[in-house]
Amino acid sequence: MKATVLVRPKAGILDPQGDAVERALEHLGFAVSGARVGKVVDLEVNADDEAGAREQVERMCEQLLANPLIESYEIELHG
Amino acid sequence: MASPQPRIGVVTYPGSQDDRDALWALGALDAEAVPVWHEERELPSLDAVVLPGGFSYGDYLRCGAIARFSPATSAVCAFAEQDGLVLGICNGFQVLCEAGLLPGALLRNESLRFVCRDVPLRVERADTPFTTRCDAGQTLVIPVKHGDGRYVPPPDLDPAQIVFRYRDNPNGSVDDIAGVCNEAGNVLGLMPHPEHAVDPLLGSADGALILASLVEAARDRALAAV
Repeated sequence: MKATVLVRPKAGILDPQGDAVERALEHLGFAVSGARVGKVVDLEVNADDEAGAREQVERMCEQLLANPLIESYEIELHG
Repeated sequence: MASPQPRIGVVTYPGSQDDRDALWALGALDAEAVPVWHEERELPSLDAVVLPGGFSYGDYLRCGAIARFSPATSAVCAFAEQDGLVLGICNGFQVLCEAGLLPGALLRNESLRFVCRDVPLRVERADTPFTTRCDAGQTLVIPVKHGDGRYVPPPDLDPAQIVFRYRDNPNGSVDDIAGVCNEAGNVLGLMPHPEHAVDPLLGSADGALILASLVEAARDRALAAV
């Protein structure tokens, strides 16, 4: 099963990359606010069903893919 | 009887780059510096361990996130749990945070720029095994060189764990924190590089105060173990 993990800087954590991207977008003439830069991890999991896959990916996030002090994560599963 | 030379290990990960300077500096301060390869599952007999600066495993995912899984890091964690002295410098500090031996995390510098310069530090605690040669309130000048040095503490960090603060914050660290220790006080991490400041020829020898404190504490442990 394919999974996508979105890792974001937690609310309240300063994200200078997001600020820089926001300023660059403003420079291009876009009216934007609240830009934050995170990461995407795509992977394939061996699991019998969606619940099993989600449980595995959650453990991956807790143990490695995200640092819970500074990052939040969101898991998307694709058929 | 001459006092014994304490044995202090320096771990080399793929991508470490300050391991040789750390080995040299410890040797210059009268320790027996012992190289430790990252694949070693058990540490040799040591009185202290240093995790050096660099870019272990290319800083992939997050700085220190992959080095945490190397066999030598597991051995260092076991050593620390038995009250062993562990010093993490720069990338070594990041590894110790990722491994859970120290609280907090290190993120991209607020400026988004790599900073490489001498910075003044304030010694907040002179009663750790890493700072006995310093005085509380003293200013040390030691170089930093990092792109990811912005320290973010956990919400419940005990202020007594803050050992060094920047006098001129180079990276946006919360509360100007430059170095922290664990609750027990046997593990310290800091972003500045004491091993690059042990000879006045290089601009400052203030780093020697930190490393000589460590050598002395390691020597006391070596003597106690005899």
